[in-house]
Amino acid sequence: MLRTARGAIITSTLSTLVVIGGIVAAFVLAPGSRQVRSVYFDVHDMWQAFLGDPHAGFYSVGKGLVINIEMFMIGEVLILGLALVIALIRLSRSPLLFPLRMIAVAYVDFFRGVPLILVILAIGFGLPALYLPFVSSQSAFVYGVLALVLSYSAYVSEVYRAGFNSVPHSQVASARSLGLRPRTAMRYVVLPQAVRTIIPPLLNTFVSLQKDTALVAVLGAVIEANRAAEIYSSTVFNYSGYTVAAILFLLLTIPLARFTDHLIARDRARRLAGVP
Amino acid sequence: MSLREVLPVVRAQTAGTALRIEGVHKSFGQNHVLKGIDLAVDTHQVICLIGASGSGKSTLLRCVDLLETIDAGRIVFFGHDITHPDVDEILVRRQIGMVFQSFNLFPHLRVLRNITLAPVKALGVPVAEAEEEAMSLLRRFGLADKARDYPDRLSGGQQQRVAIIRALAIHPRLMLLDEVTSALDPELVGEVLDVIRELALAGMTMVLATHEMGFAREIATRVVFLEDGVIVEEGPPVQLFDTPRDVRTRRFLGRVLEAGRM
Ligand SMILES: Nc1ncnc2c1ncn2[C@@H]1O[C@H](COP(=O)(O)OP(=O)(O)OP(=O)(O)O)[C@@H](O)[C@H]1O
Ligand SMILES: [Mg+2]
Repeated sequence: MLRTARGAIITSTLSTLVVIGGIVAAFVLAPGSRQVRSVYFDVHDMWQAFLGDPHAGFYSVGKGLVINIEMFMIGEVLILGLALVIALIRLSRSPLLFPLRMIAVAYVDFFRGVPLILVILAIGFGLPALYLPFVSSQSAFVYGVLALVLSYSAYVSEVYRAGFNSVPHSQVASARSLGLRPRTAMRYVVLPQAVRTIIPPLLNTFVSLQKDTALVAVLGAVIEANRAAEIYSSTVFNYSGYTVAAILFLLLTIPLARFTDHLIARDRARRLAGVP
Repeated sequence: MSLREVLPVVRAQTAGTALRIEGVHKSFGQNHVLKGIDLAVDTHQVICLIGASGSGKSTLLRCVDLLETIDAGRIVFFGHDITHPDVDEILVRRQIGMVFQSFNLFPHLRVLRNITLAPVKALGVPVAEAEEEAMSLLRRFGLADKARDYPDRLSGGQQQRVAIIRALAIHPRLMLLDEVTSALDPELVGEVLDVIRELALAGMTMVLATHEMGFAREIATRVVFLEDGVIVEEGPPVQLFDTPRDVRTRRFLGRVLEAGRM
């Protein structure tokens, strides 16, 4: 038993070293390696880009990331709310809500089908061009968040819907037979059972939302990490700023990804043990 | 012995008609499941619905609990037409306890919470009071030590007894039981039937769909035989089981006898 366990650890360590070593060797020994390293991985440039220097005309990628985090946090809350509304409309049975249901279906189809970057461009440049009061006079930050919310709500509403549909109809029937009002049955019977199905895919979606905040860079006016890196590279003609941005995004998304895996594993263990 | 001494949750009821089903029809698409059902149930009566699979027993019970909308006819519950469009069906369901073949306990709630959910959230009973009554019902049926467990830790028989207690906790005036022992291992059937027996003894008005002919014979005030969505024959158990009048009833009972369920 011990022998094989130890053997497995040694094997996996060796194979990891071989694979990583191979990748590093290919990178270092490649003909253009020096060039790439100085353009993408220059330590001095990376540090410069991270800190930023307003006098030299470029912004801090590190500070830019704070804006990404802001967009993520605000967007996340709005997405959770809007997606829930869309999902509940789609799940409703009332004939009165038929037109709303059609709109919700069209909404989800549309925003799941259109690439996010096009939504950001359409909202960020389209709304201001309309010269409407209020709607056209918001900051690029607001348009960026709005685009993220519109697009991601479509995905997240589907995550909710799958979760609600995973609760057997017999659960609803017994809640109804006890005289619970639909809202009470939803709150105490359906929702708590649906949440368990919803959480893992929801967190996965948020991992990708975290990095997609970088797409708001196309609006130019929001100096988030990606845009700061872009400005740096066009000022100094060195791409190391992008590398910094990539590293920062990884630092942001990896913990959430690991947390998601942890929840999935724990839920699986509980299911196998038969404890809710 | 007074009824309420036996089981305090059973409401004292004056003699009279509890339920009157009049000319009820129900279709699912092209499938005409109930084809004009007439049935009257007096308070304290125990009515057993028997019939082959697909004859419409479950559908009839679900219609009475307003879980299905009927296509024609009406259902009168203690003098009120509960199938009238203006009726608040939620208020009706709060007076009817329904127990399903597959228990349908809420898996995310402990046994005690399963029982108190409806009294607290639907009827507005204070939590402490609801829990006290739930505990006394659990004790009454030998399940007090399961109060803090999740349903999937219980055997099928225990789960079904909890489901009956959960339905009782809303103090229903009528209990509908849909083949509540069909999903159980044979050795667990008895403990559930014991509970129903006690309810009958306490005077609970009940309509139950069942495949347990022996039990129906023992407990029923009247047995109702359904086939293809119509009531073929009804009568006291002795008459219906021993001297069935209709050829279809005889054929059905013959098959049941062959299958060794009697
Ligand atoms: N929700 C539904 N949608 C469509 N058809 C249904 C539905 N519920 C029941 N039926 C149909 O109605 C018919 C009667 O079913 P029902 O469940 O009432 O029979 P039953 O007498 O309870 O049978 P069993 O002894 O198997 O429980 C069946 O043909 C069934 O397929
Ligand atoms: Mg049935």
